[in-house]
Amino acid sequence: MSLKTFMGGAHPHDFKEFSKDAFIEEFPLPKKVIIQLSQHIGAPSKPIVKVGDEVKTGQVIAEAGGFVSIPMHSSITGKVTKIVKFPHPAGNSQMAIEITGDGKTDDWVGLIDEKDYLSLSPEEMKKRILEAGVCGMGGAGFPTHVKLSPPADKPIDTVILNGVECEPFLTADYRIMLEQAEDIIKGLKIIMKIVKADKGIIGIEANKPDAIKHLSNLVSKESNLQVVALKVKYPQGAEKQLIYAATKRRVPNKGGLPMEAKVVVQNVGTAIAVYEAVAKKKPLIDRVITVTGGIVKNPKNYRARIGTLYSELLEGAGGVSEEIGSVISGGPMMGFAIPTLETPMTKGSSGLLIFNDQQAKRNQEMNCISCAGCVNVCPMNLIPNMIVRATKYDDWAMAEKAGTMDCMRCGSCAYVCPANINILQYVDIAKAKIFEERKKAK
Amino acid sequence: MSNNIYKVSPAPHLHEHKSTRNIMWMVVIALLPAMAVGTYSYGFKALFLTLAGGLAAVACEALIQVLRKVPVSVSDGSAFLTGILVSFNIHANAPYWLPIVGAIFAIAVGKQVFGGLGNNPLNPALLGRAFLLASWPTLMTDGWKATVKESISGLSQGVMTQVDSLSSIAYTKITSATPLNVVKAIRDTTMFSDVANGHTALEVQKTIFDGLLDWPSLQNLFLGNIGGCIGEISAIALIIGGLFLMMKHIIDWRIPFSYIGTTFVLAWIFGGMNGLFSAGIQLPLFHILSGGLMLGAFFMATDYVTTPVTKRGRIIFGIGCGVLTITIRLVGGYPEGVSYSILLMNLATPLIDKWTMPKAFGEVK
Repeated sequence: MSLKTFMGGAHPHDFKEFSKDAFIEEFPLPKKVIIQLSQHIGAPSKPIVKVGDEVKTGQVIAEAGGFVSIPMHSSITGKVTKIVKFPHPAGNSQMAIEITGDGKTDDWVGLIDEKDYLSLSPEEMKKRILEAGVCGMGGAGFPTHVKLSPPADKPIDTVILNGVECEPFLTADYRIMLEQAEDIIKGLKIIMKIVKADKGIIGIEANKPDAIKHLSNLVSKESNLQVVALKVKYPQGAEKQLIYAATKRRVPNKGGLPMEAKVVVQNVGTAIAVYEAVAKKKPLIDRVITVTGGIVKNPKNYRARIGTLYSELLEGAGGVSEEIGSVISGGPMMGFAIPTLETPMTKGSSGLLIFNDQQAKRNQEMNCISCAGCVNVCPMNLIPNMIVRATKYDDWAMAEKAGTMDCMRCGSCAYVCPANINILQYVDIAKAKIFEERKKAK
Repeated sequence: MSNNIYKVSPAPHLHEHKSTRNIMWMVVIALLPAMAVGTYSYGFKALFLTLAGGLAAVACEALIQVLRKVPVSVSDGSAFLTGILVSFNIHANAPYWLPIVGAIFAIAVGKQVFGGLGNNPLNPALLGRAFLLASWPTLMTDGWKATVKESISGLSQGVMTQVDSLSSIAYTKITSATPLNVVKAIRDTTMFSDVANGHTALEVQKTIFDGLLDWPSLQNLFLGNIGGCIGEISAIALIIGGLFLMMKHIIDWRIPFSYIGTTFVLAWIFGGMNGLFSAGIQLPLFHILSGGLMLGAFFMATDYVTTPVTKRGRIIFGIGCGVLTITIRLVGGYPEGVSYSILLMNLATPLIDKWTMPKAFGEVK
């Protein structure tokens, strides 16, 4: 069988060997969690508790700040101790709620066990998803109930679950595909029912053959479900690239959404969260996170409560064998280097990656030699080196023509650049300037 | 609880182990087979001439960078590469100062005045060669050194004897001429003015032409048993180097393929002596194996800085080089057109990139 894929792309080594065989372990209940109010794209959640309040596991502590927003829940049982700014996995500091417990008591609120959840109405399902505070768990964190509410004139015929996990080092999605495959398929069916799609596809990169085999076996009797093996190439898991690989449909550029290709894409982890929200009314208060890196003593795949500090996760994984050079929240291609380990994990935290000094080192930027490496790998078919040049010369019209606004920041260009130019930084400058120019023109 | 503060840097946090420096040195390595054939054919002077060019280029670049008060970056190998490519375009009987002057011109005027690596519009090595050709045309095109094995033109001894018996003027002329020079020379039939005994000038012309296209002569071209510039004589050595670079994903197949392909097809269509399509298969082979085409197609027309970055652009670039090369060889006044065709296409590069800007994935108006 020939593997499906997209055009362009880079081939970083996958480094999954560190943690891929580590079974998902339940991380011990933390004594303290920090629940960030902005774990998603859209308006931050609004706190509805105050310092001193007693909260139970799963209790709402912040409500959605708008339509494109989600509520937040306490992930442990304890007392609200602070509502201040805390370090955020995006690298800055943002408002968050600190909850302190005793590390033992774990009283849940509101759990049910509904057997016939598939006969619920799509509206009820979406309501439960919103109430459970589910957002995309692959990284971007788009509120799931919004993604599952396409306008009536945009029919959806296919739901694609993203099990690609093309970020090197990360194995969280891989482990859940092996250990929680049934829940993933249940979630997929719920999503298909909500958007009235008759076809479900699970896309998995070919470097996870056992996950492909396992899920294929489970869906073998269901004619409308299909597992698609994809070529190992970065960024295979990018939404538009995945849609193209799985269906040959192209999502229009210039801000086009997957629904224009009649597709909805959800991460496999999100599918589990959707299932648990709909069938159990379980809010999204834990997730699987990979703790890895060459210097981490015992790389792990932990199921940990949202708000657990990275420092505790690293300690749980046995700490490090040499001095830490940098700490990355997420994968090495699109994740954020964060200044402190005293950062809490969020709903989008797929990995905690520790680099040593050598790996954290950056080489001096040199002149562009127009080798076209960036042009060859760009999955959006842009001319990254021209964006860099245009940015250097303040030529925003040229920067736009070279494709600045279509860049999804996958970083393939900067990954291959032999002159060590961080092309993404130039793209960011150009994007900001183009927005500025557009504002002026109005 | 740890209060350590760690280094932060923008994503991506991984980097492919490929740098400008190892790309440049890899190209130098790819030129070693050609260097070896040059040294074997012409003796150690060929090697020393090449090193002279390379070292002069490095020294010149370092000096200018010191004067410009910018970091000295000669260890990236690009200056050395330019220097040896200049020397590769010079024959082995040349004086040592010739590649040195050429390399200095290439670096100073071809590269550093524009701001150094990455900013030059023209291939510096070819600019250096063009400068030498314009300034010392006789030194550059006369006094070819014969290889240890064969005649300069690659013509077999049998053909040479035959030509000598027909016209001694022609014999003298082609004895010291490279294959492409011979082709150019025999277009001028006055050189056979001493043909007698019922033989015609046309006959001599045909004898030489057929001799050049003989399989043994073509084999000489392929292996490098001819007179010529140090680095360009052996097609096989250059092909090996070029394939090595392609395997290492350092050069793209598009430019060499479209350049050599275009040259081949056009030579086949227009190259025959009796009008269109009158050439056999040997003539286009002769054209792609002779002169600097292989060196140009694999090592000069693939120079990153001066060639298009778009995929379609690179094909257009290669075709353009092929058209210009054949035009110069068949119609123009010079026997060889590779370097000028690449230089001319270098000038068109920004325009080609602009015209061939690809559509973004999912492009809508």
